[in-house]
Amino acid sequence: MNSAPRLLEVRKNILKQNDLIAGALRERFHRDGVFVVSLVSSPGAGKTAFLEKTLTVLRRKHRVAALVGDLATDNDAARLARSQAPVQQITTGTLCHLEAAMVKNALEGWNIGKLDLLFIENVGNLVCPSSYDLGEDLRLVLMSVTEGEDKPLKYPTIFNSADVAVITKMDLATAVEFDETVARASIQAVRPGMQVFTVSSRTGAGMDDLFSFIVHRSAELRTITPA
Amino acid sequence: MHELSIAMSIVEMAQEEAERRGVRINAVHLTLGLLSGVVKDALLSSYAIACDGTPLAGSRLLVKEVPVEVFCPACQAPRRITSTQWLCCPECGTPTGEVLHGKEMEVTALEIQP
Repeated sequence: MNSAPRLLEVRKNILKQNDLIAGALRERFHRDGVFVVSLVSSPGAGKTAFLEKTLTVLRRKHRVAALVGDLATDNDAARLARSQAPVQQITTGTLCHLEAAMVKNALEGWNIGKLDLLFIENVGNLVCPSSYDLGEDLRLVLMSVTEGEDKPLKYPTIFNSADVAVITKMDLATAVEFDETVARASIQAVRPGMQVFTVSSRTGAGMDDLFSFIVHRSAELRTITPA
Repeated sequence: MHELSIAMSIVEMAQEEAERRGVRINAVHLTLGLLSGVVKDALLSSYAIACDGTPLAGSRLLVKEVPVEVFCPACQAPRRITSTQWLCCPECGTPTGEVLHGKEMEVTALEIQP
């Protein structure tokens, strides 16, 4: 006999699987004393150049490594390898974002010993990565001066999922008549109180402030997390 | 366009539930926050594709969109906002980054056929 359809109440987070893996990763990172920073931006905002500079400088005093997501090529990983820091590539194929499981898989069998800082470069995309927790402690959203000051207003969700905004390619600011005040106002509109750094990976301007911030935050984590 | 992966997760979850309970699923009810990063229309078309060839083929996805609600530190009250571009209190204009609702992405109910 066919009974009438009925409504069954459930409460299930769709990304539960991802969130579980991300939570386990975060726990493991904290246990190992690794501070994890992820980078999101649109394609071409300068994530790789920023990361190359970051790894080159930070590796002088800290044990750093990077995971880099790329759709098809290993160009980014090859560029980052120039920093001499260990770099692992995650090829996502046509997938437009990284998921926690991909981070977990990439870490498996990657024997790099103890780390202080791990950077995760997401696929260039300002939409899809916003929904996926990767187990990171700090998410940086990068926007370059060439993209227009209103970028945050067009992609409020990613700015809301990130902790800190970084305006890149500041060496080109004058050439493209970038209005920093307007850009900062756009960021504050979509994410009031968000901390903003302005940098140039090419000249290095502003990078030290950001590095100090990251190192400081990682030290904070270690003091609150039992070893 | 990550709606297809989201749709596949929904189908997978619903299918598990259906098998566990030995029922057929007619519809999946979902709440979707406006700050979830998922577009309703894209999700609906992805859902049909994700259901194809599974026991959920032909089932419906019913999406209830959740508006963004922030906490206003000046009014000391939750406030619903209409735009995700200006996170500020609609009453007093105070900017606030404290999002109470709008990031939801949750299956709330399954319409089942025993």
